[in-house]
Amino acid sequence: MSSSLELSELVEEATEAPDGRRLGVLFWVCVGWLALNLLAAILANVLPLPNPLTQDYNAINAGPSLHHLFGTDDLGRDIFSRVVFGSRVSIEAGLGSMVIGFGVGAPLGMLAAYRRGRFDQVLTVVMYVVLAFPAIIATIAILSFWTPRTLLKIIVVVGVAAIPLVYRVIRTATLAVATQDFVVAAKVQGASDTRILVRELLPNVAPIAVSFLLIGVATVVTLEGSLAFLGLSVAPPTPSWGNMINESRTILQLNPWLALFPSAAMCLFLLSLNFIGDRLRTHFDVTEGKL
Amino acid sequence: MARYLARRLVTLVGIVIIISVGAFYLIHLLPGDPATVILGTGDSPQNRARLYAQLGLNRPIIEQYFVWMKNVLHGNLGISFISQVPVWTTIRAALPIDLEMIVLSQILSFAVAIPLAMSSAKRPDSWLDRFLGAFSFTMLSIPAFILVVVLVLVVAIKLAVPHTGVSSYVPLSQDWVTNLESMALPSIVLAIGSVTVYYRVLRSDLIATLQQEYITLARSKGISQRRILWRHALRPSSVALLGTAGVNIGGLLAGGFIVQYLLDIPGLGYTLVNSIGLSDYLVVQGIVLVVSIGVIVINFVFDFLITLVDPRIARE
Repeated sequence: MSSSLELSELVEEATEAPDGRRLGVLFWVCVGWLALNLLAAILANVLPLPNPLTQDYNAINAGPSLHHLFGTDDLGRDIFSRVVFGSRVSIEAGLGSMVIGFGVGAPLGMLAAYRRGRFDQVLTVVMYVVLAFPAIIATIAILSFWTPRTLLKIIVVVGVAAIPLVYRVIRTATLAVATQDFVVAAKVQGASDTRILVRELLPNVAPIAVSFLLIGVATVVTLEGSLAFLGLSVAPPTPSWGNMINESRTILQLNPWLALFPSAAMCLFLLSLNFIGDRLRTHFDVTEGKL
Repeated sequence: MARYLARRLVTLVGIVIIISVGAFYLIHLLPGDPATVILGTGDSPQNRARLYAQLGLNRPIIEQYFVWMKNVLHGNLGISFISQVPVWTTIRAALPIDLEMIVLSQILSFAVAIPLAMSSAKRPDSWLDRFLGAFSFTMLSIPAFILVVVLVLVVAIKLAVPHTGVSSYVPLSQDWVTNLESMALPSIVLAIGSVTVYYRVLRSDLIATLQQEYITLARSKGISQRRILWRHALRPSSVALLGTAGVNIGGLLAGGFIVQYLLDIPGLGYTLVNSIGLSDYLVVQGIVLVVSIGVIVINFVFDFLITLVDPRIARE
């Protein structure tokens, strides 16, 4: 683009407040919301919540009240407590599968982009073949045959399916950095491959990785919800957002709260993840940021 | 062009073969003896013999694949031991419903996404652009299954619009007007997901295209904004859009599963979920095979469309 635009951006950058303010208030609201969700999920056992499985026969399908903040479901179980405990499944599935996806995909992607040559060629072809697989259908297929279904199996299947996607993103991101002058300079100075990968490339790839990770978690949370509808997620009575929304369908008219609260919890969680991920991406990606 | 397509076709065949191996191997993920699990309550000597003929279970595993594959190539995906109906018959009955849903939702998506992206790209950062950006971003974060639940609650229950509720599906062959009414809600749900994606992709490409010099030239010749957008800018901006659409439609098949299941529309997704519930493994295997291949073929078609829009891609 024109040089005047770049200049104005430079001026803007110089006069802007530190990074914190440039990301915007909404960004930090989303971060706070995620932190709150995470904290509640971790501390669910310690918090003064009713047991998510205990049935209160005096309050079946009750609306929100002081006694039951979000009301109760058709078995008299506390919806608020179930939403909090249910977030565990979503968070565990999202983070767990991303640990597998990034644990394998990211180092391979960085290495391939740094090494190039035969290693890169072979790996990239393999990954693209795997990518051509409709991952969602493969996940549904494997989970429907690989019984009994547990959360760990979901995490493994989804995590493995994520590997080629992570590989592609990280490889592309590394490629853009690996040819730059400072990397060449480090090489000339005699830095070891490990040092270049960790000290020169990693800090430049990390922001893209983090933003992709957040969006990945959001995708997996949605996927867990879909699997719950197909009866392939964790078995009832364990609460999960997907399970709860699925159970609410039959009594939608009678008890809309049962559908509303887990849906809202899920949407807000997804929105925060997507928003933070998107903000980080545009924040660190100069070309996109200009649009 | 021909060479490019030939190469893509070879890749396509390769991937289909790999998919077939994957689909074949699924039954070996079952815990214990696959024959016992698949037959379930239908475990009789005749059924067992029929299953062994279908899957070649008493042979080495590599031979099993070829026995199964030979049957599949003859259109024989086995006979369900639950419903006693050939798997292929079940799939053939359900498949057109999925196709109808996808076609309707995609017509709707492009019809909405293209004008929206244009009005945004015309004036980036205008209030309309900002609003559409925020709106599409929010919609992107709402899963299809939540949309269905909300829309059923509002449209079918509160507003009581006829033929939109759960189980209101009417086959196309019976009455096409009522059929379209019953397909409206699921198509809209799928379209909402697609529109948000298409809008965002096309908007950013259009903005980039509109900054090119030939657009400035066209403007200086006094060509109208509308003509510039539709005749000059749209085609070079739609490569990424088509690529996204190809991938998205594959994803729609899976999203469509949920929508069908929730609304009782007897397409492949609905059948798949029921079959999983009934442990009808041969039907699940058949649907997985057909849908996977369908997704790959759709991707291939869109790759071809991209080369029509921008022939330079095929030359590389």
